[in-house]
Amino acid sequence: MDVDFTRVLVDGLRTGLGPVAAVYALAAIGLNVHYGYTGLLNFGQVGFMLVGAYGMGIAVSIHSLPLWLGIILGMLAAVALALLLGFPTLRLRADYLAICTIAAAEILRFVFRSSPMAEVTGGAFGIPSQVGGSGFSSGFYRLNPIPEGAYGIGPVMFSHTRLWMMLVAWLLVALAVVLVWALMRSPWGRVIKSIREDEDAARALGKNVFAYKMQSLVLGGVLGGVAGIVLVMNQGAMTPDQFLPQLTFFAYTVLLLGGAATVVGPVLGSILFWFILQAMDSLLRQTGFGSAALGAVRLAFVGLILILLMAFRPQGLLGNKQEMMLDA
Amino acid sequence: MSARMRAVVLALLAVAAVATTAGAAIASTPPDAGGDLVLAQGGETVRGVLRDGEGEPVPDVAISVATPDGEVVGETATDADGAWEVGLPAPGDYVVTLDAETLPEGVDLRDADRNPLEVTVRSAQNRTLIFALGEGAGGSRFLNSFLAQAVSGLRFGLIIAITAIGLSLIFGTTGLVNFAHGELVALGAIIAFFFNAPASVGGFGLTLILAGLIATVLSAAAGGAIELGLWRPLRKRRTGLIQMLVISIGLALLLRNALQVWFGGGSRPYYDYTIQQSLVFGPIRITPRDLIVMALATIVLVGVATMLQRTRIGKAMRAVSDNRDLAESSGIDVQRVILIIWVIGGGLAGFGGVLAGVVENVSYLMGFRLLLLMFAGVILGGLGTAYGAMFGSIVVGLITELSTLWFSTELKYVWALGVLILILLVRPQGLLGRAERIG
Repeated sequence: MDVDFTRVLVDGLRTGLGPVAAVYALAAIGLNVHYGYTGLLNFGQVGFMLVGAYGMGIAVSIHSLPLWLGIILGMLAAVALALLLGFPTLRLRADYLAICTIAAAEILRFVFRSSPMAEVTGGAFGIPSQVGGSGFSSGFYRLNPIPEGAYGIGPVMFSHTRLWMMLVAWLLVALAVVLVWALMRSPWGRVIKSIREDEDAARALGKNVFAYKMQSLVLGGVLGGVAGIVLVMNQGAMTPDQFLPQLTFFAYTVLLLGGAATVVGPVLGSILFWFILQAMDSLLRQTGFGSAALGAVRLAFVGLILILLMAFRPQGLLGNKQEMMLDA
Repeated sequence: MSARMRAVVLALLAVAAVATTAGAAIASTPPDAGGDLVLAQGGETVRGVLRDGEGEPVPDVAISVATPDGEVVGETATDADGAWEVGLPAPGDYVVTLDAETLPEGVDLRDADRNPLEVTVRSAQNRTLIFALGEGAGGSRFLNSFLAQAVSGLRFGLIIAITAIGLSLIFGTTGLVNFAHGELVALGAIIAFFFNAPASVGGFGLTLILAGLIATVLSAAAGGAIELGLWRPLRKRRTGLIQMLVISIGLALLLRNALQVWFGGGSRPYYDYTIQQSLVFGPIRITPRDLIVMALATIVLVGVATMLQRTRIGKAMRAVSDNRDLAESSGIDVQRVILIIWVIGGGLAGFGGVLAGVVENVSYLMGFRLLLLMFAGVILGGLGTAYGAMFGSIVVGLITELSTLWFSTELKYVWALGVLILILLVRPQGLLGRAERIG
């Protein structure tokens, strides 16, 4: 059995640098604000991705609004979800918050895929690429300034449309990283971190803990919403059933791999995570492993990474163990 | 009646139509062909008799017949016996429309999609058409479907309750929110499937009862193994509760997908008790299979409650769940109690999985689907208590199934999860829990 290791490496690199890795980096940066810095155990990040994507998709594809307005509406939808979710749940202990947020994300998915909502959301079929002329992503690709052709180094090549997608996605990741870096060294960030360490102490110092938590939830949620928009922009279509709870679990794995409560941890984590996952896929495929079970093996592997990371290195690659001694 | 109300009533009646086959049979009794009507004989006609939900004729309802191009070929109104007939110029395709505006107050089309009707009439045919009518809410049909949904809700709630006891007690004793509990449910169902399946499918061909027993024992062993192999060492290392929660999610992903590799992605029924004749108790129809599932679930729940209430180990479990430090200092071996809770909880989850597999189908995802409903039940009743878990789960089962009386079936889990969030908002300790600070 011949295994072409260059191909394994190339496949891994293409995905590790691709738009999907950027999407998960964005979602994980959002989770980092929630979990890493504020200690909020948000297990409904996929809900923010869903409302972001649908906010944009419904506005652009169904109501024919311009793309920039759609993106703003998608982000506003994420803000609205954060406020709606935050008011009842932010006062709860971490484990209750986890159950509540995962339930809320599932409620959203069930509602968006239901047939009574089909007129608004497209139901179980979602918003296919051809709705509203040529779909919501055509406006985005029209802006592509890169001349047609393929670009890359050696065997790692990308088409001009994919390169444009990657460029924008990673630019957004860079912006998010700078934003989080700046915020976390500001007085606001210090209060946020003090809430994670000891909520009562922060309250005793006269800080409005609830308001700070809410701001953190909104900020991380909007980052999740942007991740959702980039995700569907890359696909050119969206369905409700792609927003499964395991997306959130993936984002957590990405965050914990890179290191929670670090600025570049989520980015490193995402690149590494997708590199490993795709390289493993490629390796298994070349060794003739049944492709039907491949998806399941991949997910089981993610589960294993999550267990081992949390048990043996909860601070991830870059983190500081002292910062990750959270308790319920 | 506003359009919105009408839509609700129609939806309700559609559900009622599915739920009560007996009632539907009366309402849509075909009129006896031929008879008293002296109308165009020889040529082609379409005709029918309109009766409401009680079987009473409905007079003075306008009905028109048109060609597919929209050209009207005849109009009529139902007579005092509810009968109508329209003569046709030739055989062919026709569109028959009932003017819903002319229906009397309180009577509606049971299925608005079946109006207009498109029919093909052959040469010399007197084609009989049925517009199924029903009356507004409040009739006995509603009561019937209410009872039917209540029974299936109770059945579902009992299954959730069995699986949720372990989840609640594990939280009560160790503080762990175990996201991998659903996988024990699927594990039990799948083990039973392979013991039940004939040898040609790779199974052992045992009867389902024996297969279910083996699955329950093996799930109990799996629960104990997970405690000994994973959670106890982690507790020894003083791993934080949040870390353990995330680990349980990783474990769930690992187990669920391992189960998928083993069982495959589809959903399959057991080989026994698939088709059964329903028993009828007044307005309630239930298969012997479902009746036995509910009886078994009730017996097991009562058994667990008795065990918790009367036996030494049961009292020890409640004591550890109530206050771990106090229990430990009074001489209870907490680690042993926790192990026993994992074994019992795992066994109950596996047993619940078998029951769920009997009622519906077996799939690797069934545990994960149940998990959030288990959480809803456990939190509704009061996290950490066994009785609360039973009570809350039954309420969640009832909410899930009864919601389909008024709302889309696709949304039935939404109401249960909505209740979960609502209860955390107004009474976070649950209906039966003792108030403590959880925020």
